[in-house]
Amino acid sequence: MININEVTETNQMIEKENLDVRTITLGISLLDCISSDLDTLLDNIYTRITTLAKDLVKTGMEIEREFAIPVVNKRISVTPIGIVGAAACKSPEDFVKIASVLDKAAKEVGVNFLGGYSALCAKGMTKAERMLIESIPEALSKTERICSSVALGSTRTGINMDAVALMGRIIKSTAEATADTDSLGCAKLVVFCNAPDDNPFMAGAFHGVTEADAVINVGVSGPGVIKHALEGIKGKDFEVLAETVKRTAFKITRLGQLVAKEASKRLGIPFGIVDLSLAPTPAIGDSISDILELMGLERTGAPGTTAALALLNDQVKKGGLMASSYVGGLSGSFIPVSEDQGMINAVNSGSLTIEKLEAMTCICSVGLDMIAIPGSTSASTISGIIADEMAIGMVNQKTTAVRLIPVIGKDVGDEAVFGGLLGRAPIMRVNQFSCEDFISRGGRIPAPVHGFRN
Amino acid sequence: MRRSIITVVGKDRVGIIAGVCTYLAQNNVNILDISQTIVDGFFNMMMICDANNASKEFLTLSEELETLGKKLGCIIKLQREEIFDSMQRI
Repeated sequence: MININEVTETNQMIEKENLDVRTITLGISLLDCISSDLDTLLDNIYTRITTLAKDLVKTGMEIEREFAIPVVNKRISVTPIGIVGAAACKSPEDFVKIASVLDKAAKEVGVNFLGGYSALCAKGMTKAERMLIESIPEALSKTERICSSVALGSTRTGINMDAVALMGRIIKSTAEATADTDSLGCAKLVVFCNAPDDNPFMAGAFHGVTEADAVINVGVSGPGVIKHALEGIKGKDFEVLAETVKRTAFKITRLGQLVAKEASKRLGIPFGIVDLSLAPTPAIGDSISDILELMGLERTGAPGTTAALALLNDQVKKGGLMASSYVGGLSGSFIPVSEDQGMINAVNSGSLTIEKLEAMTCICSVGLDMIAIPGSTSASTISGIIADEMAIGMVNQKTTAVRLIPVIGKDVGDEAVFGGLLGRAPIMRVNQFSCEDFISRGGRIPAPVHGFRN
Repeated sequence: MRRSIITVVGKDRVGIIAGVCTYLAQNNVNILDISQTIVDGFFNMMMICDANNASKEFLTLSEELETLGKKLGCIIKLQREEIFDSMQRI
């Protein structure tokens, strides 16, 4: 039988160490909403989402109350709109209409984000996908809750450099279109290499075409819990360190599994996966950077940072894999700058640079995440940073992503303020040398030799 | 049987257990086990209960216990046992 110490430990994790379930994300297939008539398509989409997701928020809140565990976000992901809208949309403006309907549906059911305004163009772009991408700046500036993602490459296909070049320009235009809110639109736009079909986290969530009609995916969190566990083992060797992270990750993931199963049962929608990612928040102590510093680094970014992150990431996965049979999504440690006070401090103190962050993304998901850069950065430089990150994902057979925010009107030394979970971010310095000629070549970077494992 | 866990944490004073037990009796919640400690002057109690035949919905019980806690000067939580089982047992 459960004893008082176990109960106290669990409740302390929730009350004092910010343990929570970060998101219950309901994946919804919109494939059978497809019509060549735009109005019919819009009706179908709205009805599908508001019918399937009508109890999502209520169920999330009931689970929250019954187990006394915060379920911070209830969200929806849908089939990439680049596919869903292909038959009906004749122009980028038509795609914006879909975005508006998705936003309306998200507000109706009460979710705070809806992901899937996406195009999968790892190898090539259809005409519709190009139109969707071109509509992103307007769509993200006109809607509130829509998140957009674009897949630009994979280990199997190589990197679609035409799309990389285009996305540099689109990120820049999105920043300009939302300049009055510190270019917030870019915080809802992410590009991927090896994009997962079942990621529950925004901004990259979409409901892949390999998925069923509807599915429940859950993202757990808990950097604060790992941090607390490490506070008790200062100076101990790496075996103790690894073991402690693993044990803690096990407990956190079991919680995610429980919530996912409950939500699935109550909504009558199959359970998909638990995503093991450690996701920081701006709350004090809920920080990946703090964990790395507790391992023995003076500041995140110091030599040893990549090794510390590798250990953390691997042990989180090992503990998590034991706790749930269905692990998916991104499953690693997120290292967003804006959402993590420790990372912000590391940047402000000069310890952490984009180049070091790039090295860190080689061994953890998800990539260069929520990094504010000067608004004057050129589109080709943004494409260059994206291409580097896509190359890391492609060669290492892992998911990588880029969510850069060129903050219009701000420069190194300034700070962008987004508010809420998105937090604030210091503007980071970008290498000033040009890659214009490299990006403007066009075409594809071929798949690497280990993409051919048949 | 689905069991529930009630935890009570707060400054020690007369009548905490009495207050909680009276509320549970009134609402037909059966207490299966009680353990209690005092850490640094703080009262810490855990009850394992059977609320399956309770006269009120689980969510109502949970809210009313929270309110009762405020009256008694402590924090009272009602949670389903599964959360502890899944986190603390393989």
